[in-house]
Amino acid sequence: MKVKFRGMNEITRPQQRGAATRVSWFQFATEHRASIASLVVLVFPLVMPFTALAVNILIYGLYALGFNLVYGYLGLLSFGHAALFGTGAYLCGIAIAHFALPWFVSIAVGILGGLLMAALIGVLAIRTRGIYFAMVTMALSQCVYYLFYQAVDWTGGENGLRGINVRVIDILGVKLDFINPLTRYYVIAVFVIAAFFVLSRILASPFGAVIEAVRENETRAKASGYDVTLTRLITFILSGGFCGLAGALQALHLSIVPIEILHYDTSGIVVMIALLGGMGTFFGPMVGAAAFLLLENLVSLWTVHWQLIVGAIFMICVLFFPAGIWGTLISRGKP
Amino acid sequence: MAGLSLDLIALQLFTGLALGAIYVLFAIGLSLIFGMLTVVNFAHGAFYMIGAYAGVYILSFGGNFWICLVAVPLAVGLFGLAVERFLIRPLYGRGIDYPLLLTFGLSYVMVELVRIAFGKTGYPFDTPEVLQGAVNIGVGYFPLYRLFVIGATAAVLLALWLFLEKTSFGLIIRAGARDPQIVRVLGVDVARVWLIVFGIGTAIAGFAGLLAAPLQGVIPEMGGTILAEAFVVTVVGGMGSIGGAVLAGLLVGVVVSMTSLFAPEMGKVSIFALMAVVLIVRPQGFFGRAGLMS
Amino acid sequence: MTRKTTKSGSISRRRLLTTASAGAALAVSPLRINLLRAQEANIKIGFPVPLTGPYGTEAQDQVRAGQLAVAQFNDGGGLNGRKAELVVRDDKLNPGEAATRTLELVEKEKVNFVVGSLSAAVQLAINNVTKERGIIFNSISQSDTINEASDFSRFTFHEALNPHLTSGAVGRYAFSKFGKKVAFLTADYAYGHEMVRGFLEVGKAFNIENLGDIRHPIGTSDFSTLLPRIQALKPDILCISNFGRDQQIVLKQATDFGIKKTTQIIAPLLSHASRVAAGPQAFDGVIGGCSFYWGIEDKFASTKAFNDAFKKMYDGRLPSDYGALGYGGVSAVLAAVKNAGSVDTDKVIAALEALKYDFYKGPQYYRKCDHQSVQSVLVIKSKSKDMRNESDVFEVISTDEPNEANLRTCAELGHKA
Repeated sequence: MKVKFRGMNEITRPQQRGAATRVSWFQFATEHRASIASLVVLVFPLVMPFTALAVNILIYGLYALGFNLVYGYLGLLSFGHAALFGTGAYLCGIAIAHFALPWFVSIAVGILGGLLMAALIGVLAIRTRGIYFAMVTMALSQCVYYLFYQAVDWTGGENGLRGINVRVIDILGVKLDFINPLTRYYVIAVFVIAAFFVLSRILASPFGAVIEAVRENETRAKASGYDVTLTRLITFILSGGFCGLAGALQALHLSIVPIEILHYDTSGIVVMIALLGGMGTFFGPMVGAAAFLLLENLVSLWTVHWQLIVGAIFMICVLFFPAGIWGTLISRGKP
Repeated sequence: MAGLSLDLIALQLFTGLALGAIYVLFAIGLSLIFGMLTVVNFAHGAFYMIGAYAGVYILSFGGNFWICLVAVPLAVGLFGLAVERFLIRPLYGRGIDYPLLLTFGLSYVMVELVRIAFGKTGYPFDTPEVLQGAVNIGVGYFPLYRLFVIGATAAVLLALWLFLEKTSFGLIIRAGARDPQIVRVLGVDVARVWLIVFGIGTAIAGFAGLLAAPLQGVIPEMGGTILAEAFVVTVVGGMGSIGGAVLAGLLVGVVVSMTSLFAPEMGKVSIFALMAVVLIVRPQGFFGRAGLMS
Repeated sequence: MTRKTTKSGSISRRRLLTTASAGAALAVSPLRINLLRAQEANIKIGFPVPLTGPYGTEAQDQVRAGQLAVAQFNDGGGLNGRKAELVVRDDKLNPGEAATRTLELVEKEKVNFVVGSLSAAVQLAINNVTKERGIIFNSISQSDTINEASDFSRFTFHEALNPHLTSGAVGRYAFSKFGKKVAFLTADYAYGHEMVRGFLEVGKAFNIENLGDIRHPIGTSDFSTLLPRIQALKPDILCISNFGRDQQIVLKQATDFGIKKTTQIIAPLLSHASRVAAGPQAFDGVIGGCSFYWGIEDKFASTKAFNDAFKKMYDGRLPSDYGALGYGGVSAVLAAVKNAGSVDTDKVIAALEALKYDFYKGPQYYRKCDHQSVQSVLVIKSKSKDMRNESDVFEVISTDEPNEANLRTCAELGHKA
């Protein structure tokens, strides 16, 4: 009899092989969450006002997904995730603009950048506790911001990095026109979907269970023999990989990397998105990104005071819907 | 470049003290609120900004600066009381992050409301006539108003110290900072204490904003930069420690002042690097409580 | 239903109704509407400007002026009856947002041209997107990084002037009048560096003594740490190269420190909005440059016409320096469209390159190698007395006439001959 571990906030009942089970829609959704998310992603551009917005939602959703790994699943509030997102973007951009590396290699460079920066910040920050972790990550990411700002020859400084012009995506001989908005969307979507599957695997693995154990009761996890500090560090580094990928895709999409990407405002935005969508849930970050960016886009069309509306909605969520949009929806639908 | 005379360095030091004074006032409120309520008030910069705008508003009614010195902290403090009572109190017990997140959203809302009410471009704020000009402090001419700022800060610190050390309410606050459980067991209404502490903290922030207004004018975004820098001060001094906030505030002011003498571009990096170093080596700062868990 | 047999050649009632209803349906169907629109679609000009943020006021003035330009084009018959339309978007002074908005304008709105931007980083971001897609972009942001070979493309045009031009004009005026000992206080970012570079180059010709260039990070709210150092240098002229808030604050604090008593303060750019925000005291006696001031209407008929049209459309309001840039940028593009007789990109580029125009401040034209608009620069001084109206905050004390020699050379910018 095989006992399978499921992931977070969801079923932990071991399934008996061969036994007939009635599967609720909720269980089904959980088991196939990556596939379902992928399906939504594929039809997404058809319902969005314009494709570039849909791409932004994908990218910020991925960024929030990475952040969610650390905040939602591990329980650590980081206010410095912009450093991971931005490093991924800049390294990918520099690879293309300064070294003319092929697009595929540059994305890999971006992911690597995210992983390394997360390792660096993680090693320095991971021993701090609670609110101090948020402060350290903020301080360190501000240092990263100023460093990139000063390295004008590589990054363009406050003018940003320009020249990330990828016109044609060459996949094994097939040439795709990257300037075409839908083509660009689907190329980027492929990477985001791949990230979904990787994340789902991580969460469903034994390591995923340890992550949640550390969040729920650190002392007990330690007593059970798990290296809590190492778990935290590895989770943080993995998060860096996802955020780095998101950054690299952002560089390709906008064909520039603005210095603002490293500013703590960008760290703040992902916190808002994660909360809005629902932390500790799989779909929450994407839902949050869609809600936040759509709201910003729509409200901007009516009034220049969009910050008021977005801030107010955020406060309402914190006060009354702490589980976020998606979190609240599934808690209603849970069996 | 002209030589660095001892006079110039001394003058720069004094300038650092004046700069630090504003940091100190701002950080004290932040530290008080964190020490007592374990709330990181991300909207502290917005309260600072509102203090400055309250000054503008009162002056537009024909009031003068001296009235503002009293009216502004009262007004801002009252607003702070309302915020604590209705927005933050519901979040206690839910986890240390929620009040932080709420104040984060609140800052967006407050800044935008001010933009709607007062416009985007900001207002000039004239130094009160009697405080204009410069005095010779021995090493050079130093603006009179900045001396006033140092003086006003010292006065506030003294008042705060007297309040904490000599009054029974201050005793409750000090006890509550050390052990909230016992204080509650002893029958003190902790919720009321926290309400008042939040009010005091934000009132001081508003006062700092008013003092800063003649130095740099008044814009809706003025709270943003000082908040980030004040976090440095609070962390270095120790979250929850008033003495730490004072020491660290002056230190940061002097550090910024001195680096601008030798390497202006490194000014901003230096304080964040300092913050990171302190957090890694000695997370509780100079005088903070060790082991502040979530 | 029974079928009625009809004589051949005549139409049954049913058939008639069916055909008529089919015809009616087709008449209002999207297909038909699309066909109509394709023939008479408006000429769309995308207009991303920072409506949110510290320069919202300037941006709104630019929108007003841009809409005036479009209205004048349409009233003048448009392009053989085809009208123009300004599609305004808020770039939030953020290059990432600007890139997204430009993608929206190009991909969804299908604009023919883009005019706009205020900050240097934003103009570069917009340019990077438009040049990849072959869309003409006329930038109204005052920085000349966009003219450098690495960012430039044949689709890139630059209506606004740049720091080199303005600091050159102010330098030429000041260094001949106020003394040779010059100290510099510069914001430590690209724009600040550009301004100082302009001053230093002009200063060489006047043999100024450079007492030192003190840098400050942008967003500095307290210059009290730097001003004593400057006073100690005892300069004849203090050249402050920064902008916006930084400039307002430093002028205020410099006044408080009493620097104006011994030193003439000059700045490469003085904007109307800053002067109003900071008040007369801070700006009193400061000399600087600007691209446009409504007060020159005595000198140019085009200025008077622009002022009058603006006043008429906007309840007696006068255009500001930033507003005029919006007007110039859009008008130039529309004039080229008219001259070319089409919206075809290559034809419009050729028309712009050949354009000689005088829309609001005197004669202008685009230099061939970098599409920089060669134009006059005004040297102005703030005034607080004898004001004709509440907009009369500057007096023009000198004018640098349009001259290519005042710009950075094509070679300097990296363009091959």
